[in-house]
Amino acid sequence: MVKTIPDGPSVLYIDKHFIHEVTSPQAFKGLEKRGLKVFRPQQIVATADHNVPTINQHLPIQDFLSRNQVEQLIENCKNYGIELYGLGHPYQGIVHVIGPELGITQPGMTIVCGDSHTSTHGAFGTIAFGIGTSEVEMVFASQCLLQTKPKQMRINIEGELNRGVVSKDIILHIISKISASGATGYFVEYAGSAIRNLSMEARMTICNMSIEMGARGGLIAPDETTFDYIKGRLFAPKGEDFERKVKEWKELYTDGDALFDHELFIKAEEIEPMITYGTNPGLGIAINAMIPKMEMVEDEKERKTIVKALEYMGLQEGQKLVGMPVKHVFIGSCTNSRIEDLRAVAEVIKGKKKSDSVNVMIVPGSQQVARQVREEGLDKIFSEAGFEIRQPGCSACLGMNEDKIPAGEYCISTSNRNFEGRQGAGARTLLASPLTAAAAALTGVVTDIRAIIS
Amino acid sequence: MKAFKKITSQFIPIPVENIDTDQIIPARFLKATTREGFGKNLFRDWRFYNDDEQQPKEEFILNDSSYSGEILVAGKNFGCGSSREHAAWALEDFGFRVVVSSFFADIFRNNALNNGVLPVQVTEEFLEKIFSLDKNDTLTIDLENQEIIIDKTGETEKFGISQYKKECLINGYDDIDYLLSLKQEIEEFELSRK
Repeated sequence: MVKTIPDGPSVLYIDKHFIHEVTSPQAFKGLEKRGLKVFRPQQIVATADHNVPTINQHLPIQDFLSRNQVEQLIENCKNYGIELYGLGHPYQGIVHVIGPELGITQPGMTIVCGDSHTSTHGAFGTIAFGIGTSEVEMVFASQCLLQTKPKQMRINIEGELNRGVVSKDIILHIISKISASGATGYFVEYAGSAIRNLSMEARMTICNMSIEMGARGGLIAPDETTFDYIKGRLFAPKGEDFERKVKEWKELYTDGDALFDHELFIKAEEIEPMITYGTNPGLGIAINAMIPKMEMVEDEKERKTIVKALEYMGLQEGQKLVGMPVKHVFIGSCTNSRIEDLRAVAEVIKGKKKSDSVNVMIVPGSQQVARQVREEGLDKIFSEAGFEIRQPGCSACLGMNEDKIPAGEYCISTSNRNFEGRQGAGARTLLASPLTAAAAALTGVVTDIRAIIS
Repeated sequence: MKAFKKITSQFIPIPVENIDTDQIIPARFLKATTREGFGKNLFRDWRFYNDDEQQPKEEFILNDSSYSGEILVAGKNFGCGSSREHAAWALEDFGFRVVVSSFFADIFRNNALNNGVLPVQVTEEFLEKIFSLDKNDTLTIDLENQEIIIDKTGETEKFGISQYKKECLINGYDDIDYLLSLKQEIEEFELSRK
């Protein structure tokens, strides 16, 4: 914190700024117009992920506008001396996958990016949040942002997770409880034994979707799991530096007597594999549950929202989703495209074939993840099962690049948003975990993973 | 940034909750590298069938020429989802200076303010009153006094905004000017942490 304006925001210093091709060009243009330089180019890392094809990345991008956008990023990074992990670079990938895996993301940092899923980095005990393009320009110009202090919420999850339940189910469960706006205005700390027992990848999935309940950021106190993950990574501190840093990082926890504006307690045992049926991530149910009957929804506006969502989704109140055919399975996105996600999918499908009625697209989150997939032989498992393995990028998460779901068709997706048209105009998204996605890939219908795994 | 003091205008009501920025401007229109021209794609998939301007969805209010005005009034949790500032650019380019809702998503709120579009947060009750008005009725938004007024009845509600942002909007200043003025303090801060 550089300073605080009386009756106004504070000036927050930004340690790391990630940028990508879609939300940065107008910020560079603004800078140019003002005749400014980038103030701290060495604290910025760039990649191309949102608007890139996920096949033939070695060839020029076919779509003119997309190519132009990616080329502008290259040009801007060159002009302003910013490190770029662009297409073809061994570190390229989804911005929220590469930051952690390269060891750039470290506890205690302030991190921003022109992308709402920047909350992902909070898994390392960072203050990380998404910003708009004007704010990207502010960070370019001054390495600072004006921010007001958010309210604080803690979500405690205690206990052991059930079989077939993974971190994606935890966060979908939370959002279904508190709604898509339940944490707006807050930063959320996730705590409790069920959270502490999660791997870093699993923690990232949870923090990633903080924004889907409105929270700009979500964070988890760093611990040995965090330090073990960071140790030895490319840009992580080394040797004595690392030991000294770990000592600092160990101080980053919430005081025992800290007061929160809101606190929530959830028993891990109550969480089941989850799936969404509506057009915001809060409209989720346990995989075997019924879509609510409208007579059970008390709030009139909530009822209106659900009716509109069901109409778009082509679903009925009171319906069960299990057994419903789906045409597409998408495994990828900044929520679930890390090596652990892909290992979990491989374990479910190993030696099996996908259903003939379903297209399965699996998109590693980064070049590094893709390399690991090959080294571990997971690619063979995927291709023998009939999955289409793509190259790293945001892919079918956002209906921007070439990867889209056709109108009216259902897709079980490991991504983060089921908004109308999110995966392509008219596309119908069912959000779920990588395990549930893998189960649907095998059966071609919405399936309870617990029926497949022993 | 355009300065904002006070406006009186008819309004366009969209009584839908959780309007996310993917609806305001779908991702396929984010390939542009300038800030201009997003208005024609505002609410694109709610306005047209099959992405075709020749096939307007007649029932959608932006296609109803009897509604007009610089004020958009929408349900709770407006602007949730993606951080795309293109949503604010699209609203501004279409001609909206104010969005009224009972609740705004945080990132959208900042993006709007950074583009001279004023988010006015009102109570659910006040929002319902606005939704029940006639299409020819007008609203007045007075930033100086932080008031929204239903002109026909004179009913008024106060709305919140930080004094800093209010000054910025009234004068058309943006944050960068202010941040640049702090350069020395920022450099001192950097040194203090080394």
